[in-house]
Formats: sequence, C-alpha cells, structure tokens
Amino acid sequence: MTTIQKVSAVPSPRDAGEDGGPLLEVRDLHVEFHTRDGVVKAVNGVNYSVNAGETLAVLGESGSGKSVTAQAIMGILDMPPAKIPQGEIRFRGQDMLTMSAEERRKIRGRRISMIFQDALSSLNPVLSVGYQLGEMFRVHQGLSKKEAKTRAVELMDRVKIPAAKARVDDYPHQFSGGMRQRIMIAMALALEPDLIIADEPTTALDVTVQAQVMDLLAELQREYNMGLILITHDLGVVADVADKIAVMYAGRIVEQAPVHDLYKRPAHPYTRGLLDSIPRLDHKGQELFAIKGLPPNLLRIPSGCAFNPRCPKAQDICRTQIPELEPVTERDGSELPGRAAACHFWKETIHG
Amino acid sequence: MAEPSKKDEQPVGKVNVSKADGAGARLEDEEVAAIEKPVQRGEPILQVRDLKKHFPLTQGILFKKQIGAVKAVDGVSFDLYQGETLGIVGESGCGKSTVAKLLMNLEQATAGHIFYKGQDITKLSGRALKAVRRNIQMVFQDPYTSLNPRMTVGDIIGEPFDIHPEVAPKGDRRRRVQELLDVVGLNPEYINRYPHQFSGGQRQRIGIARGLALNPEIIICDEPVSALDVSVQAQVVNLMERLQDEFNLSYIFIAHDLSIVRHISDRVGVMYLGQMAEIGTDEEIYDHPTHPYTQALLSAVPVPDPDAREHRERIILTGDVPSPANPPSGCRFRTRCWKAQEKCATEVPVLAVPERFKGTDSPAAHESACHFAEEKDVVHAA
Repeated sequence: MTTIQKVSAVPSPRDAGEDGGPLLEVRDLHVEFHTRDGVVKAVNGVNYSVNAGETLAVLGESGSGKSVTAQAIMGILDMPPAKIPQGEIRFRGQDMLTMSAEERRKIRGRRISMIFQDALSSLNPVLSVGYQLGEMFRVHQGLSKKEAKTRAVELMDRVKIPAAKARVDDYPHQFSGGMRQRIMIAMALALEPDLIIADEPTTALDVTVQAQVMDLLAELQREYNMGLILITHDLGVVADVADKIAVMYAGRIVEQAPVHDLYKRPAHPYTRGLLDSIPRLDHKGQELFAIKGLPPNLLRIPSGCAFNPRCPKAQDICRTQIPELEPVTERDGSELPGRAAACHFWKETIHG
Repeated sequence: MAEPSKKDEQPVGKVNVSKADGAGARLEDEEVAAIEKPVQRGEPILQVRDLKKHFPLTQGILFKKQIGAVKAVDGVSFDLYQGETLGIVGESGCGKSTVAKLLMNLEQATAGHIFYKGQDITKLSGRALKAVRRNIQMVFQDPYTSLNPRMTVGDIIGEPFDIHPEVAPKGDRRRRVQELLDVVGLNPEYINRYPHQFSGGQRQRIGIARGLALNPEIIICDEPVSALDVSVQAQVVNLMERLQDEFNLSYIFIAHDLSIVRHISDRVGVMYLGQMAEIGTDEEIYDHPTHPYTQALLSAVPVPDPDAREHRERIILTGDVPSPANPPSGCRFRTRCWKAQEKCATEVPVLAVPERFKGTDSPAAHESACHFAEEKDVVHAA
C-alpha cells in the first residue's frame, strides 16, 4: 500500500484546462466502413459525455457500434476502410478529430488509455511484460530502461500481482487470464490518465476472477478520480459499477439514464426487452422473455427506427420516421435528470 | 464418408468380447437390447461413478517419459435422471468439458465407469457402443467453428444418417432434415445454404438440429449459449426447453453463466479442479449452498439490480485455480478457502450429505464435499 501513496504524491498534469465541463464529450459522431459490399454504417450519430470520476457504461450487443465508438475516441480506427464523415470528440473542450496526429499521440496513453477485451492477443507474446509496461515510461517520459523497469514493478504491485519483482521478466503466456488482464490494467494506468476506456474488460474471465478485476478497477478509479467508459453487454456488471448508462442499438444511442432509473423504469422497448430476458428466480419453469428476430445487418439498417422489426410496440410511424433522442419526463412533465430515449412511444413504455 | 462399420472401430486392446464366438455375439445382442429399452421418467438413465481422466505429461522427444499427469477429471460421480436437466458449473479448467467428452466417449476414461441404462459405456464396443452413441448427442459451444463451412446445412444435419442409416432410410433423408429445420425454428427452404449465411443464433439452432437428428435420449450441451448475444440467448434457451418437453430429452447443461443454469436446470453440480464440490437441486445449491466454493462463486455473480450493490456481501476469492497437474493435498479448495484448517490439508472431504444436516429435511441436507459445510445464503443476503 505504501507504493500507492508514493506514486500519487507525484504531481499529475491533471489541473491543466480544468473548466468544469465534461472530461470527454462525443457529439453526433458518425463512423462508416467502406467495403466491397457497400457502406457499413457502424455509428450513426452518437452523443455522450463523461465527467471525471464518473463511470459511463455503454451497453449493447455485438454490432451495435459500441466498440467502434471507443476506437474512434482513441483514434485507433483503421482509416481507410473506416471514415468519420461527421461529428466531434471533445476532450477537455478540444476537438480531437481536428488535431494533428502528433497532438493526438500525446493524448493517447497519457490522458486517455484503453483496456482491451482479450489480454492474450493484446499483449506482445515475444516481449516480457516488464518491457511492455516500461514502454509507456520510455516513450512518453523518456525514462531509461532501468528506471522504466523499476516503475513497471511498482505498477505490477499496484494491480496486486503477487511477487511482482520476480515476475517482471516473465512473458504473457506465463500468466493466468486474470493476471494478464491486470497487466492490461496496469499498462492503461501507467501514466495516470484522466480517462480509461475499458472494452469488455472481463468478458473472457471467470466470475470469481471478474469480481477481482472489477473491484480493482473501481478502487483505482476512485483513487485517481478517473473517468471510465465501460463497454459491455453484461447487465449484471453494469448494475454493479456504472453511474450512468447509454444503451446502443444499430449505431445509435436508444436510451440514456442513471443506473438506478434504467433498471427500475426503462423507457425504450429494447432496454425493456434486454432486462426482461434475464432469467429471474420467480420465473423459473416459465419461458424466458426473448426479443424476437435478430440484430440488423448494418449494410441494410431498417428505415425509421432500426429496432422496429423486432419491437412489440411498433406502429406505422416507426417504419418511416427515425425517433430522435429526446429528454424523458415524468407523467406530469417534470424533468427526469440525465434521462433520454429515442422512441416514438417512450411515454407508453415508461409510464404504461 | 467412411463406412459405418469402420466408424465404430475401437482402439486396440479395448475389445472385451471376441466377436468370433457365438457367446460373444449373444452378449452383444443383450447389450443392445438393454440399450434400446426405454427408461421411465425419473429413473436414472446415466450413472457416472468415480470417473477419472488423467492426461500424461511427458518429457523427451524420442524416448517419452511420463513425468506426471494433468488430473483434469479426478473422481467424479453423479446420476442423470430421465427427463431432467443437470447443470454443471465451474471455472475454466475445472474439468467440465472433459466430463462432457468422456460421456460422449470421445476420450477414453483413465478409470471409473459410466453406466448408460446399466451398461458401462467405457467397456462397450461394436454394435452396442454404436447404439449408445446414437442415444447420446452433443451441442457444442462455438457455433462458428463446430459447423463445417464447406458443407450445406442439409449435409451437416443429415450426416449422422450416413452412420446410422436405420434412423432415416436414404430416400427419406431430405424430408427428415427439413422437418428438423422446422422443429428448431428455421425455414426448411434453407436446406441448401452454407453456415456463413446464418447468424450466430441460427447456427446454434443448426447445431441443435444435428444433435436431434438421431432421436437421442440424452443431449450434452457444452456452453451452448455463451457465444451468443444476450437477446438471442433467451431464444435458444427457450427452444431447448421446448424440445426437451417435446422429445422427452435429458440434458447435461454445462455453462459458466450461473443464472442461465439456474433457469434451465433441475439439479446442479458445482465442479472445482476435477472434482464435484457440491451437488443438489437448483434450490438447494442456489439458496442453501453449504460448500464455501459454491458460496464464493454465487456471491461473485453480478446481480442485474443496482440497488443491491450496496448491501450485498461478496466473497472475493484470492488467487487463481491451482494447477491440476499438482493439486493441493486434502481438500483441493483449501488454498483459496477462508475456512481452511489443518484437517483440510490432510483429509480429503468426501462428497456426501454433511453430518450435521443428516436426517434433517432442511434444504441444506444435500451432498457437499467440505469438512466444515454450513449453510450461507449469499444470493439474497441483505
């Protein structure tokens, strides 16, 4: 524990540009992939923001565009085939999409960093973990090899890898899945970034290990007052750690809400369907509720609301008109802070 | 396609009956007759006794020397009753998939017995084994790799009929395959399509249709929904439940998602490091777990209710699962257990109803392999 205090005493570059606005703001982001079969519209106008110390969970199925959004924020999309025709990604008020590559490189890793899903394929198998962790310090801070290695050991201690000193020269395959994920977390934390994007950080792990890793992540987030974007499809994990939730479907945000409100009163039929399809104790022996049909093909997104072919509430208007993400209010019109839904019939869904 | 007679060739040294003499043939007839006999609902259809599978660890290239063994499955016993679903849960590496392979006879057991309607399938051969294989089928985890990309859906689902032509005569196969497609909720016109033209959920339905093709009695499902999206998982689980009622199937349902297992299972077994830690009805295991490992596992499952997060007591296990090549002495869980005492290091706990609950009709009176078994409700703990 002593190492933690020592490290956090180092002045961080956090106070620069503190203006009370959100840490990261994504505005009307569009991402397309140009393929031989046509244009895949992966992200179609996403808006969200994260404040320091806050956890935003982005919930969605595969192909909903949640990971592509994250990659656009990090600036690690392959362009081409990807293209960002429209939108802004503001980090501390500055639009990162108009920055030069060099400026972005300075933000990436130092101010915003990312934890990937599959630690085994994200780590380089022919370099020792100590070398890979130390790379952050060598490249961004110009430390010597020896200093970088000392810092790498400190980091491994901080993410509670036992016998860090002895294991710093081990290779990724010598670690278990949970330990590898800790190394990924250590790497993301190395330069004490302001924002961490975790893309399905525990999906490949067992529940017992998942609990360990999520606890560690939450603890470190509290300690450094970091913003966290947690991308997942697991409604259980989201309920455990998130402050607010954005639900994505076919490249758009269909509902946004603080965590407690979303689980209690979903305002979008898709969210409701997801929540209802969780097996519950009192429904044992009955059929599970299932959302009928399949997620849409992004080459041919249905006209109107993308969810309309699967929606139990769909009417004619849903097939022609794309619903905007509108603020959700109480029955008497009083405001529900932080809530919005993109459904023509959100009133019926939440109040009905 | 290989001829059926070649398909069921046995590894050398496993033939226990010489087929040349008449007595052997008669014995085989008896075995086949026993296997064909229907089992009443609620009677045990599969009995596994002290099953072991050790994979040898060798050293050297030319003169391989065995230096140890990975004890993937090390003494597992359970019963499967006709018409029920037995869930098996555990962390990765605990041996649950190896159990599935042993039950399918895809791996040779190192020791132990698997009785299918009283016949030990680890010792069967020839026609009797073939009859068993027809009756025990499997649905695999990954619908993307378990279907041959060069075969059409019709060929994939119809392939089992090549080996067991008695189930569907040659002229009848196409119709039978279309029927199966219909049963699993796919359009029968898709018979000439290839797997890549389907989504993950549809592919898993194809896998299920293939499993159903031979009218089996038992289907072993190894993580059948874990590769699927949340909204599609529920569809496949519903389908499997419907098929169970319709065709009177018994399932062994292996998964790591504890909430799905609870939903579908009548009884649940919890495995740890090649052994069964606790087994009982779903209510006994989920509401009244007595083994510390089960309690830790259940408490680690994230609950989809944000209000619960402040009040829940969570048992966070430290460390990783020990290596199955060199498991801890005594109780295998003791290295991560908060209750461990000296006795745990020296004495192996047996899977039995704990002494203190014996004779009581409390739901805690189910089999648990712990010296200090005590009830602890971790799911509803406030």
